Amino acid sequence: MDMMLQVLAPELLILIAAMTLLVGDTFWGHRHKALTFQLTLASIVVTALVILASFSTTSVQLFNGAFIRDGVADVLKLSMLFMTFFAFLFARDYLVQRNIERGEYYVLGLLSLLGMMVLASSYDMVTLFMGLEIMSLALYAMIAMQKDSGFAIESAMKYFVLGAMATGLLLYGMTLVYGNVGSLQFATIYQTLATTEQSLVLSLGLVFILVGLAFKFGAAPFHNWVPDVYHGSPTGITLFLSAAPKIAAFALMFRLLIEGLEAALMQWQSILIILAVLSLVVGNVIAIAQTNLKRMLAYSTISHMGFIILGFLTGNVGGYAAAMYYVVIYALMSLGGFAVILALSRKGFEADNIVDLAGLGKRNPVLALVMLVILLSMAGIPPFVGFYAKLVVLTEVVEAGLTWLAVFAVVMSVVGAYYYLRVIKVMYFDQPAAQNAHDADFANASLRYGLILVATLVLMLGILPDGLLTLFNDVMMY
Amino acid sequence: MHAIFLTILLSPLVGAIGAGVFGRWLGRTGSHRITIASVAVSAALSAYVFYLYVFAGAESYNATIYTWMISDGIRFEAGFLVDRLTATMMLVVTFVSLMVHINTIGYMEHEEGYERFFSYISLFTFSMLSLVMANNFLQLFFGWEAVGLVSYLLIGFYFKRESANQASLKAFLVNRVGDFGFLLGIALVVGYFGTLDYAEFFDGLAAHAGTSVMFGDTAIHMLTLMTMLLFVGAMGKSAQMPLHVWLPESMEGPTPISALIHAATMVTAGIFMVARLSPAYELAEGTLTFILLTGAFTALLMGLLGIVQTDIKRVVAYSTLSQLGYMVAALGVSAYAAGMFHVLTHAFFKALLFLAAGSVIIAMHHDQDIRNMGGLAKKMPITYAALLIGSLALIGFPGFSGFYSKDGILMAISEADSVAAQLAFVMLLVGVFVTAFYSFRMFFIVFHGKESDYVRTHDIHESPWVVTLPLIALAIPAVFFGGLFVEPILFGDMFADAITVAPEHNVLAKVAEHGTSALDMLLHGLMALPTWLALAGVALAWFLYIKRPELAPVLAQRFAGVHATLRHAYGFDRFNDIVFVQGTRRIGEFCSRVTDSKMIDGWVVNGTANAIAFLAAKGRYAQTGYLYHYAFVMIFSLMGLLAWALW
Repeated sequence: MDMMLQVLAPELLILIAAMTLLVGDTFWGHRHKALTFQLTLASIVVTALVILASFSTTSVQLFNGAFIRDGVADVLKLSMLFMTFFAFLFARDYLVQRNIERGEYYVLGLLSLLGMMVLASSYDMVTLFMGLEIMSLALYAMIAMQKDSGFAIESAMKYFVLGAMATGLLLYGMTLVYGNVGSLQFATIYQTLATTEQSLVLSLGLVFILVGLAFKFGAAPFHNWVPDVYHGSPTGITLFLSAAPKIAAFALMFRLLIEGLEAALMQWQSILIILAVLSLVVGNVIAIAQTNLKRMLAYSTISHMGFIILGFLTGNVGGYAAAMYYVVIYALMSLGGFAVILALSRKGFEADNIVDLAGLGKRNPVLALVMLVILLSMAGIPPFVGFYAKLVVLTEVVEAGLTWLAVFAVVMSVVGAYYYLRVIKVMYFDQPAAQNAHDADFANASLRYGLILVATLVLMLGILPDGLLTLFNDVMMY
Repeated sequence: MHAIFLTILLSPLVGAIGAGVFGRWLGRTGSHRITIASVAVSAALSAYVFYLYVFAGAESYNATIYTWMISDGIRFEAGFLVDRLTATMMLVVTFVSLMVHINTIGYMEHEEGYERFFSYISLFTFSMLSLVMANNFLQLFFGWEAVGLVSYLLIGFYFKRESANQASLKAFLVNRVGDFGFLLGIALVVGYFGTLDYAEFFDGLAAHAGTSVMFGDTAIHMLTLMTMLLFVGAMGKSAQMPLHVWLPESMEGPTPISALIHAATMVTAGIFMVARLSPAYELAEGTLTFILLTGAFTALLMGLLGIVQTDIKRVVAYSTLSQLGYMVAALGVSAYAAGMFHVLTHAFFKALLFLAAGSVIIAMHHDQDIRNMGGLAKKMPITYAALLIGSLALIGFPGFSGFYSKDGILMAISEADSVAAQLAFVMLLVGVFVTAFYSFRMFFIVFHGKESDYVRTHDIHESPWVVTLPLIALAIPAVFFGGLFVEPILFGDMFADAITVAPEHNVLAKVAEHGTSALDMLLHGLMALPTWLALAGVALAWFLYIKRPELAPVLAQRFAGVHATLRHAYGFDRFNDIVFVQGTRRIGEFCSRVTDSKMIDGWVVNGTANAIAFLAAKGRYAQTGYLYHYAFVMIFSLMGLLAWALW
């Protein structure tokens, strides 16, 4: 029992926090507006500390192998907690200004976080599905919270309907796999597939599962929801949506495809290649035509997802570690990118068009520098960490003998560099429109120092990339 | 030790960042205080390290401090290799740098960009230290490029002046030619030895002594090629012919940096590099001969140019070129220790000469033309004494530092028994005479010549103490350093842990048969040709510029052709301008007009860009915003993938 508590402690903490705040906020919500916010952040920090204190690379299974806690789960959960912490911290003022800061926002956020953490620790299909649904349902609701915005309602609706469809496909795929193998547990599935002949039904199931996964990642051609949802959601929520859930998507793919279905590599590798190639093309090319920064970043996300899929399709541990490294780095950069938009927006002014950044180099040099670092890193220019993330993935792709794919990815990155550099050009060389010509100070200290921290991390991890990478490789080995 | 080395290296960087980034808030005084303090820390610790290594006999230190990355088994690292050679260089670099920092307070007093200047020279000190302390080629290259960059920035310091911009660009481009060779050399090291580390490289030398590189059917000795390419880098940095053209123009920069960068430290990086890699050069006879002749030609031909210069800094600049030639020639006969010894003595007396010249320039209100000077001896006695000491050291007057190092080089070359060495020896002997002549020509004109109108009508006085103090501090080693260290460096084992000389090349051992103490050298020097040639040069200068000043213009007219050749510096600049600059521009214009604009831009770049822009514009329409379209796309894609998977 003790051991069970210890293993489940992070999820239990978040669950208790969410429940407590849900009830508590109705009592104190009117008088102490900031209390829920503060308690949310505190619960995240405590959970992170608990994970850190009991961090180990050995794996422990619970509930007859339905739940696992291992190094990968811990690292992923820590990353999710980190991203969520900063997403809440950055978003608060934005939400307050738009009158959508309510206790429910944090409760839903925590529940979504709980879903992600369950996902990261899932070791059979039921747990996995449960985690996925907890996460997704909370996200749909979060997007819809801005009830007076047609855009937000529309995106929530799209996300919900398409997400339900994708979930259905995923679930159908899982039943086919279950029908074929006769077990829901990843460990059993893995062993069965490794020793038996693979059937047509399994292939069929795999395709449905991959479609579901591709949707959650936002990989082309299942990407259509990404730009609309990123654009339509309030920026404070896009910020949340674009960071931690992508790490959860990584966990989903890792648990299901690698720990469960790795033996069917031959069948899923070619499909992943198609998804990766399409994502790289769609993400990088269509981003060029965007005038809205949030949409542009959405397309850039699609191309980054292509890179993460590249790591998976190598079919070896180094590749998975590279993909994990990439997704965490991506989440960090994305957090920074959307937070810059957040920092620029005011009540009644979203600042989400690229032209709104014009002259930022003069109006707020620090913010412009942060954005510069993030964009250069996303474009994969050394010494920023985005370069290393791309480098390790590409190295693994070349190792796997898919040199042409690596070359293709590099060419697409060059195409992608164009739209990142264009934003930099706008920031430093264009004249701002008359109504934006004033200085753009930071709204509050947490945004200023948080963003400086993110940019510093992006730079420092780029200069000293080894530590994190070695850690990821180590946890992946077990 | 580790912490001490790190402090020595990083302290100037801290100063540079302090003055560079926070200069606005620190102000002028704050900026020079922080940089001087940081360099003083480096200098004091370097002195301690020098004591430990040279007197207390510390073991040489070789360790990596930071691994940047490992790629394909090659480690990219930063690390320290500190032995007696490094310790000596560290002391010289930090000491001269400190003197220059102090001197700058006076020289730059009324100039703009004061903080920026201090930031640059501290940054330079950091770069130079990382170059000399390196234990691998990567860091060597980093330091190499970093000093080049700072040199570029400082030459173009007065960026509002067109000529300064031209000069900085020229220095940068010419060095690029050298660096290209250097980089290729490092590439060969990596290619054949699979390492960037010095120690591993030296260990692998024996195995590669006979390796050849095939160019088609021609086999070229790999080590000769490699050392030659590395030396091309040295030719750029140490301004050897024909890559010397940037150094005279580098005088566009403020005088303190001419002293620090273009005389005492950076330009000797090439000599240091060859000495550091002596185990490799010992295995490449062909390269050594090439080095010897390059050095000898540079020493003589550049010295001759010093005779016709009228800008006080250019006289000193050409003397630097000529002295660099002596150092390089010494390397060519495997007398690395002699070359390095001259680097060290030269650092002191040339920095002294430059700072003294700077002091004259301050007094003359930043006029550098020696024809406007004259009779300054009484007006500025300290500067006068400093310039005299520097000049005597430069011409190798017996007893002064320069005497020991220059005589060491000449004796070493005379002991080498190849034809090339004999030729070089004659050229260097003539060079001694020339050096004495142009040095004292400048000296006599500036201090003893007839007072010009300018001098008579302006108030000319001695410079403030921040300028003269470094002069005094540098004059001391300029006189005594040579005598004190000649025995351990040339004949003892001071640099034995860093420099490898094959027994059959060891000319310094033969020189040692004439006696090894400073006194032996002095006695031998008094009876030998170089001393008398130097005195003859001084005498001729006195006769032509003091005794019979009317003769000089007459001679110039009589030998108009020679004079014009010298005035135009043998036409190197014109040749470079016509062939390389104009030629490259023509090719560039052709490429720009035809291949670039039409073919690459027109078809490839714009073509691709247009295609992508077209795709992007069309692709946007796929994003209709209708839910049922999206659902349709999903189902359609699912069918596609199913077909693909089950085919």
